[in-house]
Amino acid sequence: MQTSLTVSINGERRDLTGPLSVAALLDTLGLDMRKVAVERNMEIVPRSTYAATLLADGDELEIVHFIGGG
Amino acid sequence: MDGAIHAEDTWTVAGRSFRSRLIVGTGKYKDLEETAAAIEASGAEIVTVAVRRVNLSDPKAPMLQDFVDPKKYTYLPNTAGCHTAQDAVRTLRLAREAGGWNLVKLEVLGPPPTLYPDMVHTLQAAEALIKDGFEVMVYCADDPVAAKRLEELGCVAIMPLGAPIGSGLGIQNPAMISMMIEQAKVPLLVDAGVGTASDAAIAMELGCDAVLLNSAIAMAKDPIRMARAMKHAVEAGRLAYLAGRMPRRMGADPSSPLTGLIRR
Repeated sequence: MQTSLTVSINGERRDLTGPLSVAALLDTLGLDMRKVAVERNMEIVPRSTYAATLLADGDELEIVHFIGGG
Repeated sequence: MDGAIHAEDTWTVAGRSFRSRLIVGTGKYKDLEETAAAIEASGAEIVTVAVRRVNLSDPKAPMLQDFVDPKKYTYLPNTAGCHTAQDAVRTLRLAREAGGWNLVKLEVLGPPPTLYPDMVHTLQAAEALIKDGFEVMVYCADDPVAAKRLEELGCVAIMPLGAPIGSGLGIQNPAMISMMIEQAKVPLLVDAGVGTASDAAIAMELGCDAVLLNSAIAMAKDPIRMARAMKHAVEAGRLAYLAGRMPRRMGADPSSPLTGLIRR
């Protein structure tokens, strides 16, 4: 059954249609899952669980990667 | 070549051995191509990186990993921008998930214009990170008391500044750095302050295990050439340290013998 989800990704509000896994979200966003890390409600989502982790309404996500730094 | 002479002169941090004693940052470059070329020229085996939010509006933008191969270089994620132990732990947990390793650079800074290491929060963050299984190379003040505490907490490298971050003022505190080297039981690196090749050589001549720098290469007019200069400077400084410098003396001592001079 489809549900509507409102989540925050990197501080931006996004309206999505569920059920949606972290893996599917990254795919939708066009991100290479091998190059990012995901935190969901302050907890790390291990890469091995991206496909099995379903987003819930109100989730707060941070998606990060490595950039140049000193 | 000179690489072969001291091929066995490695240093070890957290159980990993490295030949290059130069660690370089990957920030402040014009673009990722220049970043990659400068790092290659520097001969560095470890590079520092920052952890930031991906740009959701441009997901296909080139990423650092596409230019600086994490299989070839050891990524050392930093905590730049973190002001508390909680921020640092959160950031490096993400880095660990993104990169799959636990060797990290902790830096907790005070406000501009000095960005001087905030040792109270650095000590708290170091303790939290070590408890969480990280191997912490720590940026710190040139404070032997704080450095000792960091070492006792289990930090795997102590990295005092030679001068404020990005200042390029050179090694302003050689006496204190020397004393910290004397006392350290883990690798001691100068991190921050190097402005040009001679500064890196001075740090190595003092007996540092390695030097960490970023701006001195990235902000040079020709970063690739400066990267080469730094590579040679670190090697030269290390060799000079191992060779042992001559004693300083007041007054001259002729280099040519005074006997056997021709006379009229």
